[in-house]
Amino acid sequence: MGQSALVSRAVVAQGRRRPPPQGKGGLLPWLRRNLFRSPLNALATLLSLWVLFVTLPRLLGWAVADAVWFSPDAEACKQAAGACWAVVPEKYRVMLFGTFPYDEQWRGMLVIAIILGLALYCALARPSARTVAASWMAAMALVFVLMLGGVAGLEPVSTHQWGGLPLTLIMFVGTVVGGVPLGVVLALGRRSSMPAIRAVCVGFIEVVRGLPLVTVLFMASLMLPLFMPEGMSIDKFLRAQLAMTLFFAAYAAEVVRGGLQAVGKGQYEAADTVGLNYRQKMIYIVLPQVGRIVLPAMMNEIIRAFKNTTFIGIIGMFDVLRATSTAIQDPVWVRYSIEAYLFIALLYLAMCYGMSRYSARLENELTVRR
Amino acid sequence: MTPESTGRQRPARAPFSLRNAWHDVNTRAWIYQVLVVAGILGLAAYLIANAQHALAKQGISTGFSFLDARAGFEIGEKSIAFSSTDSFLRAYGVAILNTLKVSGASILLATVVGVVVGLGRLSTNPLMRKLASIYVEVFRNTPQLIQLVFWYTLIANLPRPREALSLGGAVFLSNRGLAVPWLADHAAPWILAAVVLAAFAAGGAARAVLARLARRHGRPWPGAALGSLAAAALPLAAGVALLWPLEITTPALRGFNFQGGLTLSPEFVALLLGLSLYIAAFIAEIVRSGVQSVGRGQIEAAHAVGLGRSDLYLKIIFPQALRVMVPPAAGQYVSIIKNSSLGVAIGYPELFNVNNTIVTLSGHTVEAIAIMMSIYLAISFVIAALMNLYNRCVQIRER
Amino acid sequence: MSAAMQNASSSEPIVVLDKVNKWYGDFHVLRDVSLAVGRGEKIVICGPSGSGKSTSIRCINRLEEHQEGRIVVDGTEVDADMRRIEAVRRKVGMVFQSFNLFPHLTVLDNLTVGPVRAQGVRVDEARARALELLKRVRIPEQALKYPGQLSGGQQQRVAIARALMLQPQVMLFDEPTSALDPEMIHEVLDVMTELAQAGMTMICVTHEMSFARKVADLIVFMDAGEIVEAAPPEEFFGAPKSERTRLFLSQVLH
Repeated sequence: MGQSALVSRAVVAQGRRRPPPQGKGGLLPWLRRNLFRSPLNALATLLSLWVLFVTLPRLLGWAVADAVWFSPDAEACKQAAGACWAVVPEKYRVMLFGTFPYDEQWRGMLVIAIILGLALYCALARPSARTVAASWMAAMALVFVLMLGGVAGLEPVSTHQWGGLPLTLIMFVGTVVGGVPLGVVLALGRRSSMPAIRAVCVGFIEVVRGLPLVTVLFMASLMLPLFMPEGMSIDKFLRAQLAMTLFFAAYAAEVVRGGLQAVGKGQYEAADTVGLNYRQKMIYIVLPQVGRIVLPAMMNEIIRAFKNTTFIGIIGMFDVLRATSTAIQDPVWVRYSIEAYLFIALLYLAMCYGMSRYSARLENELTVRR
Repeated sequence: MTPESTGRQRPARAPFSLRNAWHDVNTRAWIYQVLVVAGILGLAAYLIANAQHALAKQGISTGFSFLDARAGFEIGEKSIAFSSTDSFLRAYGVAILNTLKVSGASILLATVVGVVVGLGRLSTNPLMRKLASIYVEVFRNTPQLIQLVFWYTLIANLPRPREALSLGGAVFLSNRGLAVPWLADHAAPWILAAVVLAAFAAGGAARAVLARLARRHGRPWPGAALGSLAAAALPLAAGVALLWPLEITTPALRGFNFQGGLTLSPEFVALLLGLSLYIAAFIAEIVRSGVQSVGRGQIEAAHAVGLGRSDLYLKIIFPQALRVMVPPAAGQYVSIIKNSSLGVAIGYPELFNVNNTIVTLSGHTVEAIAIMMSIYLAISFVIAALMNLYNRCVQIRER
Repeated sequence: MSAAMQNASSSEPIVVLDKVNKWYGDFHVLRDVSLAVGRGEKIVICGPSGSGKSTSIRCINRLEEHQEGRIVVDGTEVDADMRRIEAVRRKVGMVFQSFNLFPHLTVLDNLTVGPVRAQGVRVDEARARALELLKRVRIPEQALKYPGQLSGGQQQRVAIARALMLQPQVMLFDEPTSALDPEMIHEVLDVMTELAQAGMTMICVTHEMSFARKVADLIVFMDAGEIVEAAPPEEFFGAPKSERTRLFLSQVLH
C-alpha cells in the first residue's frame, strides 16, 4: 500500500482510569432529559400530570382525609363525605370466614396462618423438595382436622359451612397439588406413541380448555349428582375441588407440553442409551429440566388458579367474594358495598402481586444460574 | 446356510409364547390402550345408565325436541325480538347474540386500552412508564369477578336518570345505564360491522393475491396497492349506499328514563368494563413483549440506514412484533368470550345465564348443558383455526 | 465512492476522534481515544475482546454516546443534536457482526427501504441502484428472496450492499466476519477488498489479520479502552513496539 504521506494517524493514549464526570447534576437537567426530551414527550408528561392532578386529590380526599374508620352503627358514615371503611371492622368476620360457626372461627384463623406461614417459609427459606412435600402434607392434614373438627374435642363443622379465606386457600392448595401432577400425566400422555392414549389426552385437554370455568364448575355441581347411583352423593366441596383441579390440569398440561418440547431430543436419547426405562427417564432426567424451563409459565397458571377461586361463589360456595356480597346486604351497610369490595380487592391484589414478584425473582435466579 | 439364502430370507421369528408377547413393546402398547379405552367406555356406560335411571324416575324424557317448546320466561336485553311465548331455540339465539355483542365490544375496548397501556410501558418517559405499570399490576392481580362486581355496584350507586352525569349534553351516565347518541336504524350497526369486516377481508385477500402475482413477475407492480384499496372500498361503498341517509338520535330525558339514542344497560356496561379492563392489562404485556422481541440489532440497522422514528416503527418493528403478538392476543380474545359467562353473576342474559334458566324450566339438564358446551367449544375452535391460518400466512420464510 | 477518489489528495482527515472518553456507569470503557482517518484510507482496529474497539466505531454514528471528547465526520460534529446525527448517519455506512437484515422484507426491500423512506428517493431509481449494488457483491439473483433463505456469507454481502445504498463517504465494519462459517469468510473479505481498491474510506474492526496486512493503511491496536499502538502494516506486524501488542499478535497469528 506504500503511500508517501498518510493522513490517518492515531495517538497512543496516556490516559489513566478515571471515574466518570459528575453528570450535570440537579433536578432540572434530569427532568429535561427524561420527561421533556421532545415535544411529544413533554405533551405526554403534561397529560399524565394533569390526569393525576385532577383525580388524585379527590381520590385521596375520599379514601383517607374524609374517611370514617370506625363506626359500629354506621351513623358517622352517613354524615361523612368520605369512604366508610368502618364496614370492614364490622363485617370482617363474615367476609373472611363466611358461614363458619362464629365461636369456631379461631380454627379458620389458624388455618390461614398455617397455609400462609408455610407458603412464606417455603418461598423464603427454600428448603429441599422433600421437606416441602412432607411439610405441606402434614400441614394440609392438620388443616383438614381443624376445619372438619370432630376429633380432639373440636366441634364438627360440615363442609357446607366452610367459607371465606380458609375455603379459598384450601381450594387453591388442593387445585395446585392435584392439578400439577395430573397436568404432567396428561402432557406425557399427549406425547405418547399410543394413539388411543394420545386421543384421550388431547380430547380432554382441548375440550376443557375450550370451556369457561364456570361451566365446568356448574357441570360438576349440577350434573355430577345426576350421574351418581341412587343414594350416593358427593360432598359439594369435593365436587367443586374436582372441577377446579381438572380445569387447572388441562392448562398445566399445555405448559408442561411446551417444556417437554423444549428439552432437546438429545436428552431423551442420552437417557435411553444409559439404560433408563421410561419412568426413570422422565423422573430423573426430563422432568427436572422441564421444571426449570416452565417455572415462569406455571407460576402464571398458579396465580390464575388463585384468582379463579372466586368463581366458586357462582355455584353457591361462600368464598371471600360471595361472603362479602352476602355480608353487605345488611341494610345498614348496603350503601357502603364499594368500600367492602375495595378491601377484598386489595387483599387479593397484595397476595397476587406478592406471588408474581416471587415468580419474577425465581425466573431471574434460574436464568442467571444457567 | 448357503450364501444365497442369507440375503433373501427373513430371519426366523422367535417362537410365540405368552411370555414373549408380554415383553413385546407393541403388544404392551395394545394392552394398555385396550385397557384405557375399555375403562373409559365402561365408566361412561355406568354414568349414563345412572343418569337415565335418575331422569326416568323424575319423568323427564331425553332428546332435543324440547327446543321447540314454549320458553315461558322473558329476557331483559335482546338484539332480536323475544317474548315468553317464543321457543327455547329462539332463547338460545338471543343469548348467543348477547354473548357476541358484549364479547365483541369488550375485545375492541380491551385492544384499544391494552395497546395504549402497552406502548406506555415502552415509553422513554418514566412518568408514563410508571403509570402504565401501575395499571397493569392493579388490573392483572385483582380477580376478574371482583372487578366485575365492583363496576356493577359502582353503576348501581350512580344517581338516578333525573340527576344523571352528562358529557357534553349528549352522553348520560346514571344508575339505569349509559345513554349515547346512536343511529336511528337499529340494524345499522350490525350492517356496518359486517361491512367493515368485509372490507378488511377483501382488502387483505386482494393484497395477498396481487403480491403473489407481482412476485411472479419479478418486478414490483404499483397496481397491487391500488387494487387492494379498491377491493376494500367496494364493500364500504355498498354499505354506505345501503344505509344512507344515516340518522343519529340523541338521548333525552322523558319522565323517569331516557328515550332515543342507545341505552347500554348497567349489566352490559359493568360486564364490558369487567371484561375489557382486566384483559387490557394482559394485552398491554403482550404488546410490550412483542415490541421488545424485535432485536436491538434491527433498530440499530434501521438507524444506520437512516430510517426515522415513525418509519422504524411502521416498517420494521410493527410487522415483526405483530407476528409475535397475534397468537397470545387471540388467546386473550377467546378468554374474553369464555369469561362473558361471568355475566351470570350480575344478571346479564348471556349464554350461560340463559342456559341455566332453560335447564331449570325445561328439566333437560343434560341436553341443555351439551348445547351450551358445544357452542363454547365451537367458538374456541373457530378462533383457533383462524389463528392457525393467520400463522401460516405470515410465516417469515426461511430455508 | 467517486467523491472519495476525487478528494484522495486532500489532507484533511474525514473522520476525527479527539480525546474521546466513554463510561458505562463507573466503568471507563474508552480512554482518551484520538484517531484521524484520511479520505480514501483504510484503518483496521484490532485488539482483545472488551478493548473498546466496537464501542469506538459505534460512537462515530452515535449508536453509542460518548461523554467527553469530540467526534467530527466530514465537518459535522457528532453530538446530541438529532439533525447532526441524521446528517452523519447519511455519510456513514455500517455493517454489523450479526448482519441485522430485516427478516420480513425481501433482499431488494432491505436495500431500498432506507433511501425510499428516509431520503425520498424514487422507488424505481432506488431499485435500479439496489440491483447494481447486488451485482457488485455478486448476488443479483437473490433480489427477491428473504434473508432467512440465504447463507450467512450471502446475508453479509447483502448487508454491505445495503450500507452502500446511502452512497456513504465512510464505511464502518464491526467484526463483519466473526459470525460466519469459515468457508464463507473469504467471499465477504473479497467484497471488502474490492471496495477498498475502489477507494472507499473504511474503518474495520476485525480479527482477520491477513486482510489487514493486505488492505490496511494503518493498523490500530486497542486494549482496555485505549489505543496502545498504531502503525502501517509492515511496521505493525514486523516490529511491534509495545509488549501488549506483541502478546496479542502471538495469540492471533498462529
